[in-house]
Amino acid sequence: MLTARRLGKRYGEKRVLRGIDLALPRGGFLVVTGPNGAGKTTLLRICAGLAQPTEGTIERNATRGQVGYLGHEPLVYRELTALENLDLYGRLYRVPERRERIGMLLERFGLWEARHDRVGSYSRGMTQRLALCRVLLHEPELLVLDEPYSALDEAGAELLDAQLAELRGERTCLLATHDPARVRPLASGALALST
Amino acid sequence: MTTYVRDVGALARKDLLLELRARDTLPAMLLFVAAIFVVFHFALPGTPSRLETTGFLWVAILFTALLGLGRAFVPEREQRTMDGLVLAPCDRSAIWLAKSLATLAFLVAAEVVALPLYALFFHGLDGATVAAVILADLGICAVGTFLGAMAVVTRARDLLLPLLFLPLAMPIVVGAVGASVVDSPGRYLGFLALYDVLFAVVCWASFEYVVAE
Repeated sequence: MLTARRLGKRYGEKRVLRGIDLALPRGGFLVVTGPNGAGKTTLLRICAGLAQPTEGTIERNATRGQVGYLGHEPLVYRELTALENLDLYGRLYRVPERRERIGMLLERFGLWEARHDRVGSYSRGMTQRLALCRVLLHEPELLVLDEPYSALDEAGAELLDAQLAELRGERTCLLATHDPARVRPLASGALALST
Repeated sequence: MTTYVRDVGALARKDLLLELRARDTLPAMLLFVAAIFVVFHFALPGTPSRLETTGFLWVAILFTALLGLGRAFVPEREQRTMDGLVLAPCDRSAIWLAKSLATLAFLVAAEVVALPLYALFFHGLDGATVAAVILADLGICAVGTFLGAMAVVTRARDLLLPLLFLPLAMPIVVGAVGASVVDSPGRYLGFLALYDVLFAVVCWASFEYVVAE
């Protein structure tokens, strides 16, 4: 699904990533760890197709619409409601039976009652739950999750655990975290980056 | 084609909803254009000629548009939602077209107030001027939205947009002023239409490269 060879990234003079090799087969689950500034986010952005490497090559057997990317920001509009945000993404990502799928995800992530509220009124944890709904909405082949547990309370984290366990083997997942123990039971491989 | 139109519709609806809720852009544009006419009205001694006030009209329209264009991609920048949009399987030019249409709606709304104010303070408007306003709006929004997307990812975005936009808007000013003051405006209106088509095609075709890293 994802193969990278000698991957590197520079921003001007600053090198943020160097010599990364990875091979992630379809259905694989790779956990990326490393201290702040090690290049986890940059690597994930390259893998999602949001950034281009300055060195090396990357092959991704997933088209743009088959990638589900969760970054540090939830990528939702604060002035829109949860329903409006998911409806927009559902339309753009060509989600079949969009309304049913949105309803199911909002129920699962405990946001159904707040579906008509503007995201700006949500707590950070609720916004992160909505971001996860957005990522899973189009049932992506490749999930790229950058610290998905951040801002989630224990209940939210357990929901995500359950969701990832459900998808394990069916979807390919690349997940960066500072808490690798949490996803160790799901992982098929690990990549430790250093500064 | 239908899918493309639907994508543009969904994105433009989103932009209009955002403005309806946040009211960040349109009130500022309305206040600005009204203020600029009031300032011109009191700053000019005597009765300015039609030729002079036509120039003021176009200065006011251009800078009001600039205000709206500067805000066009602010939600995407502040909430980083462009990542979510560019990963969608839709044609990326739909983002540009939808944003241009939303900006056009704001500009037209501002002009609905601005043009009667202009007529009240200075001179009445003829059909050629109104036609020039419509054609100029199309060009301003097509080019300005494209440049707004380029500028928004830079640190000097507030500076960069006027620096890029104003030189490219010069043909619009030439065409629009020409159409407003000559007796046979056909040639100038044709020039504006040509500018619109040419730049719309260029922006539509190259927007993909603006949003890709």
